[in-house]
Amino acid sequence: MKAWPKILRRGPMEWTAIALIGLGFLMLFQPFVLELYSYSFITMLIGTVMFIVVSKFPE
Amino acid sequence: MIDTKTSPLNRAAEAVARSTPSRLVKRVTGLSDRMVAWLFIGPTMVLLLAINIFPLFWAIGLSFTNYRANRPNEPVESVGLRNYERILTDPDIWIAMQTTANFVFWTILLQTVIGFGLAYLIDRKFRGHAFWTTIILVPMMLSPAVVGNFWRFLYEPQIGLFAYAVSFVSGIPPTEIEMLSNVSLAPWSIIIVDTWMWSPYVMLICLAGLRSIPDYIYEAAEVDRASPIRQFLSITLPMALPFIMLAILFRGIENFKMFDMVNLLTGGGPGSTTEVASITLKREAFEKWRTGYSSAFAIILFVAVFGLANIYVKALNRVKQR
Repeated sequence: MKAWPKILRRGPMEWTAIALIGLGFLMLFQPFVLELYSYSFITMLIGTVMFIVVSKFPE
Repeated sequence: MIDTKTSPLNRAAEAVARSTPSRLVKRVTGLSDRMVAWLFIGPTMVLLLAINIFPLFWAIGLSFTNYRANRPNEPVESVGLRNYERILTDPDIWIAMQTTANFVFWTILLQTVIGFGLAYLIDRKFRGHAFWTTIILVPMMLSPAVVGNFWRFLYEPQIGLFAYAVSFVSGIPPTEIEMLSNVSLAPWSIIIVDTWMWSPYVMLICLAGLRSIPDYIYEAAEVDRASPIRQFLSITLPMALPFIMLAILFRGIENFKMFDMVNLLTGGGPGSTTEVASITLKREAFEKWRTGYSSAFAIILFVAVFGLANIYVKALNRVKQR
């Protein structure tokens, strides 16, 4: 079986997903730019789906 | 020693086994452990699917339509992503999100500071600390409906104890302390009640963290002549931090969904100063009857909470690994 690519290891990928969720959360709540609020949902959605997928990846 | 063959529990089990119909016995005896496990969790899984998962998918489906629950006979049309587009470009909803953020920020800040402070004090193990722990935990055990109603009375400017207590300290007449109807005080009235109710919960989690720190670390610090402040900053705080983070995440998720307390205390008013996201959602769904639109709003809130819950699980696993 081919070795799992280093870049796709669970740890860093999970942290990327968490960063996306956190960023989406900040965009949802910030009071400065309406545009950022508009894109907050899609950012959180990508982060959440990514977290669900990458949490199945090997360490 | 208990005689297991003649114990009442054993006798009852034998009686149940004897009264089981032979046809059922024949069916059950050949089952594997895995099958028996599935038999036990099956009913729960079915209930979970029926009560949680099915409505979730139904709401996702509705969020792409113009369905109105008060007009069930009207034709339902697909509107694609228009509901999501409207919500995510609506300045009023954006303001409701900011109100929610303001509420979540202040409640978490106050609850963390007070909760950790209480845990630090209780961890000193002074005389009667078990009694005081129980007293501190009482607000957390009350129903939010009860808490909301009695704080409404406490906040009453004419007869409320809160107004009289503030008046006693500040000198302002109690009739001028209108916590629930003043635009600048109303958000604080909810923050105070939520902090009063949930700081004990944060205290419990922090106390678990403080009790998990081994004594020998403090003893080694004493040998090295570390001051109490240095011990707090270099031992207590870093080792209790995962637990504090866990409490912050958990309260964040809960306060983000906050509805009951706000609805009971201010109902979103005065004006829309305390209209958090869940109150806006209720108004859209059950006052304006825009079911499709409110379903899309609910899905947006769900994704936000689900994302936070993922981080919560990750944090929980890290705490477990310690």
